[in-house]
Amino acid sequence: MIQPETKQRSELRSYTVGFILSVLLTVIPFTIVMNHTLSGGLLISALAVFAVLQLLTQLIFFLHLGDERKPRLQGMALVFMVLVVGIVVIGSLWIMEHLNYHMDNNPEVIKQQLDESDDL
Amino acid sequence: MNNITTEQEQSDDKTVFGFWVYLMTDCVLFATLFATYAVLQHNTAGGADAKELFSLPYVLVETMLLLISSYTSGLMLLSARAGNKRSVFIWLAATVALGLGFLGMELNEFHKLASEGSSWNRSGFLSAFFTLIGTHGIHIATGLLWAAVMAIRIAKTGLTNTMLRRLTLFSMFWHFLDIVWICIFTFVYLLGGR
Repeated sequence: MIQPETKQRSELRSYTVGFILSVLLTVIPFTIVMNHTLSGGLLISALAVFAVLQLLTQLIFFLHLGDERKPRLQGMALVFMVLVVGIVVIGSLWIMEHLNYHMDNNPEVIKQQLDESDDL
Repeated sequence: MNNITTEQEQSDDKTVFGFWVYLMTDCVLFATLFATYAVLQHNTAGGADAKELFSLPYVLVETMLLLISSYTSGLMLLSARAGNKRSVFIWLAATVALGLGFLGMELNEFHKLASEGSSWNRSGFLSAFFTLIGTHGIHIATGLLWAAVMAIRIAKTGLTNTMLRRLTLFSMFWHFLDIVWICIFTFVYLLGGR
């Protein structure tokens, strides 16, 4: 499976471009956090955007997801994984947030409720 | 090059796809650990929180080591496809050395946290942290062992088609671990240590 030189060179370029982009997409959010350029929700959204860009960069330039032959089974498996991950992560946060909201975290109230339930 | 795929290539495609499905399920495993961490990250039980414990410049160095090793594993794969055995060894050795450096820094961080009384049994936050980072570390250690075994096999049998396929899978695995680490770097360290 020895490949012609032109394909070799274009693949080398793909890895190098991906590497440089990844370094930039790591250093920029790091600098933003260290210099306290942004804060609050804006900072969280900015970091999330940089992370997503970095993930796409590595998927395209390192894992060559764009070059896949049809039918794009790897792409489909990826989309399904993203769906499952979304349900797991967002669902967990959503449910736990609501539980937190509806629970009284005051220890004395909890103790009182436990005592009441003992009387029943 | 023509577009006719040989039987060998078709069987390789299937192996690559099977491995890809494994990587996707591993993503789901990591997602559950991320969700656990996200839920528990503020439950410090009166102990130190993320901001006090994490040193961002230290973690940036770790991230760079892993990123460079991801690049060298790509160069290793290109050398293997070109049939250049010598440079496969060089890039594989570079990948393993950088991976070892990363793992060493991670273990050093764990040791430092534990000796400061911030071990995994201190709080829900630290349990979730050690589980998430530790699981990634175990993957890295497994990858290093895999690379070492492949190096020995290549030295014995040369760059056969089987070895080429294994190097492809290893390279996918290594890029995948880098991608997971980017999520850890962003959502655990940058967001926690800000």
